Amino acid sequence: MSQSTKIMHTENNKIHMDIAHIKFLFKQMLRIRRFEEKCAELYTQEKIRGFLHLYIGEEAVAVGVMQALKPEDAVFGTYREHGHAIARGLSMNKVMSEMFGKITGSSRGRGGSMHIFDVEKQFYGGNAIVAGALPLAVGLALANKMQNKNNVVACFFGEGAVAEGEFHESLNLAKLWQLPILFVCENNGYAMGTALAISESQQHIFRKAQSYGLAAHAVDGMNVVEVESAASQYCHRIRNGEGPCLLECNTYRFRGHSMFDTQLYRDADEVEQWKSKGPIIKLKRWLEANGKLAADELSQIEDEVADEINQAIAFAEQSELEDVRDLYLGVYAEENS
Amino acid sequence: MNEQQLSYREALRLAIEEAMNADERVFLLGEDVGNYGGCYAVSKGLSETFGPDRIVDTPLSESGFVGAGIGAAIGGMRPIVEIMTVNFSLLALDQIVNNAATIRHMSGNQISIPIVIRMATGAGKQLAAQHSHSLENWYAHVPGIKVLAPATVADARYMLSMALKDPNPVIFFEHVMLYNESDINPAPEDCPDMHSALVRQSGEDISLVTYGGSLPKALEAARQLAQQDVSVEVIDLRSLRPLDTKTIFESVNKTHRLLVVDEGWRTGSLAGELCALVAENCFWSLDAPPIRVCSEEVPIPYPKHLEDAVTPQVEKIVNAVLGLLNKETVS
Ligand SMILES: Cc1ncc(C[n+]2csc(CCOP(=O)(O)OP(=O)(O)O)c2C)c(N)n1
Repeated sequence: MSQSTKIMHTENNKIHMDIAHIKFLFKQMLRIRRFEEKCAELYTQEKIRGFLHLYIGEEAVAVGVMQALKPEDAVFGTYREHGHAIARGLSMNKVMSEMFGKITGSSRGRGGSMHIFDVEKQFYGGNAIVAGALPLAVGLALANKMQNKNNVVACFFGEGAVAEGEFHESLNLAKLWQLPILFVCENNGYAMGTALAISESQQHIFRKAQSYGLAAHAVDGMNVVEVESAASQYCHRIRNGEGPCLLECNTYRFRGHSMFDTQLYRDADEVEQWKSKGPIIKLKRWLEANGKLAADELSQIEDEVADEINQAIAFAEQSELEDVRDLYLGVYAEENS
Repeated sequence: MNEQQLSYREALRLAIEEAMNADERVFLLGEDVGNYGGCYAVSKGLSETFGPDRIVDTPLSESGFVGAGIGAAIGGMRPIVEIMTVNFSLLALDQIVNNAATIRHMSGNQISIPIVIRMATGAGKQLAAQHSHSLENWYAHVPGIKVLAPATVADARYMLSMALKDPNPVIFFEHVMLYNESDINPAPEDCPDMHSALVRQSGEDISLVTYGGSLPKALEAARQLAQQDVSVEVIDLRSLRPLDTKTIFESVNKTHRLLVVDEGWRTGSLAGELCALVAENCFWSLDAPPIRVCSEEVPIPYPKHLEDAVTPQVEKIVNAVLGLLNKETVS
């Protein structure tokens, strides 16, 4: 997000991006992918515990949307939020350390994988109650509006969340109060083992948003450029005071819902098909086909990413656990604070 | 099935299967109970047997499908509703407390709501503050619903069967640390009814009252205390509403001391209610103040050492008992 959007729109609405930026997007996605592949390993080694939900396959959504945000904008995620945290600019050290339950973690180790918070980065979690963050995002947008701040609140959630009352209540409130909020639905087709077709009477999520009066449409969530472009246009509208928007990103999770999932509910074939159109491989092929990514450059990127991850693991390993005597810390505000 | 090991999880599944075979009105409703096989695998395989019309996968709509379960019970069905965890049940609290618990009374006793709402509860899996709480007492507070907390394989098996025959709304708590517990060939005699508290181990020096996921810890504490010549009577509540006060009072009148172990937070806990009941009813036979081991008043943290520090542990229970007895001998 430090490299704010470099997309330009020509008259015929074709997108041009500069290659440096596209490579930046590629690297961001790769950082998330490799980081999480490592997390899966660390989980089997029992370094990471609890529930671990991987974002593998969906990286283009977080990376694309984050490009449209400024540092003062706010982000709300779910329990599947490592990718968002990293794309938002949290250090891998902090995220990894959180999953190790260490005091140097983004939430002092109190939250773990599902509860990453970093107010400095305007990253508000890390919410493990499905749809639980939507009303909060609405409220933060309301606070921004009341304080005449021109900031955007971006709220990510899965298509499963759309069946909860909070989704409907939140969209209605957001539109009713004309709030500066971008809802991002990560439609990966499954809520745990429940396919969209057996959970929604209207399977186009964006149409639900339209019925509440929001500007909304669906994009290919496997295409980071398309996601960035759409999010940028919506953020532009939102900053102009034109009210809330919803972006539906069609994507797929390549791994199980969590580390416990035996995936009885879908075919291995289906997964393989989606993998072949994954966000990273797709962009890599495009870069290579256009002669923009030489083999040595790719291996250099891979090396940089691997170094960053190894450092994060070392940092997490070396960090301390919280002293049990501080158990009650953070239940209430400190006296006089 | 003699001599065969049965897990707590399988025991629940057997009870559901049996009820569904016996009564066409029984069906299971909840998130991921079908295709996924249940988030704690209780309903695994049932959708192959009974099909999607009776093992119904719902969207993420706790308020909606719990309310629909209540409505279906009004309409003559016998729904079993599974909510993944007690934390998520809060989205349906309105339906349970404002509808399931009230409609019989509010309608002048015209309407029956035979529904069983099952859910996982409790800490121990490092799932942090939105997945680990023990809120059984929130439900046990409410007249009009029954609240059960089976702690053994036999109870999982037979209390669920009994709950499914009960004409009242029953909230059924399954502690997450019990699902993998197993036992040999539980018999119906091991579960006399679903309302009485059971003495799991008799003793002379103190009555330790507990329920659900804390029972194994209480029994282990009693074992360790026995090595120090302290004889503990362990009582498993099983039913949190109604409470079997008779069994508790009889025990306290014999041992003259009470310790309650409850994974809920101390303030406003079921443990507090039990201490009050004993103080009101057994005051003159008490040799010591009733005491409690509950969870520390902190949202459950993620790291293992802090999660353990929050919830009741064997060592804490042992020390609480020794502390009480030493204090008495000193004074
Ligand atoms: C209120 C609530 N109900 C149930 C759950 C259990 N649960 C966690 S994630 C999940 C599926 C959510 O699917 P979706 O919103 O599509 O997001 P995804 O996991 O696919 O990213 C379920 C059922 C929960 N965390 N909160």
